[in-house]
Amino acid sequence: MLAGILFSLGLIGLLVRRNLIVVLMSLEVMLNAAGLAFVVAGARWHQADGQVMFLFILAMAAAEVAVGLALVLEIYHRFKSLDVDELSEMRG
Amino acid sequence: MELAFYIAGAVAVLSTVLMLTRLHLVHALLYLIVSLLGVAVVFYVLGAAFVAALEIIIYAGAIMVLFIFVVMMLNLSGPAAEMEKRWLTPGIWTGPVVLASILIIEVLYLVRGSSTGIAGGGVEPKQVGIALFGPYIIGVELASMLLLAGLVGAYHLGHRKVEKPEIQHDADTHEGRAVAGGDLVLAGADRSARTP
Repeated sequence: MLAGILFSLGLIGLLVRRNLIVVLMSLEVMLNAAGLAFVVAGARWHQADGQVMFLFILAMAAAEVAVGLALVLEIYHRFKSLDVDELSEMRG
Repeated sequence: MELAFYIAGAVAVLSTVLMLTRLHLVHALLYLIVSLLGVAVVFYVLGAAFVAALEIIIYAGAIMVLFIFVVMMLNLSGPAAEMEKRWLTPGIWTGPVVLASILIIEVLYLVRGSSTGIAGGGVEPKQVGIALFGPYIIGVELASMLLLAGLVGAYHLGHRKVEKPEIQHDADTHEGRAVAGGDLVLAGADRSARTP
């Protein structure tokens, strides 16, 4: 339930906000919510698999944020903007 | 114990909503940190103290440091000093501080009382370690490979941008780098092919 709320909030943020860094932060919230769902399920059925999956999600989020922020820096230096709409218009 | 779970969850949701409605990046980052701390307290209440510690260390520590560095680097081009001074007035701190102090009071209360989880015991870190290096050993290898790919990718993306103003005198290497934009695409394709 809580994981669903957090995930949908992250999704809303991903769709609504137009700043690239905020989009990345919303992505973090969504990954965090997925991990929360795993941990809650693991605690519910007393299995260690949920926490193992959370560790994998954690590693994936770290790698994703590193690459994503490097891309954000590159985009900012190239376009002098972090607006997603503006970027798509310049691209097309 | 149920009440603690709901309080921490409410703090996490509230700070996430506040994060999405902030206009400045630094404010949004503050609320994102509080949201991650709230989720960590939820983990602790659920009996997964190890995962809660990892959440704080990696999410609220490492990833937030990355975000803050990027925000600072992007703001360096403008008149950053008075902007920062305007952003970090004391009134802004009250919201995250109130939410975080709710979490701190809750954690102190939990540590003082019995530390059993809401689900009765929870899962110990020893079981997690045994499962991680037993049946999930391929997952560990894949995660390490993913982290290596992320490291190399981030280095590659950040490297060109840093070095480009410095190698203006060396014309042919500069051109070589500019022409070889395709290898970025190749690296991306390789990484995405390796990750699943």
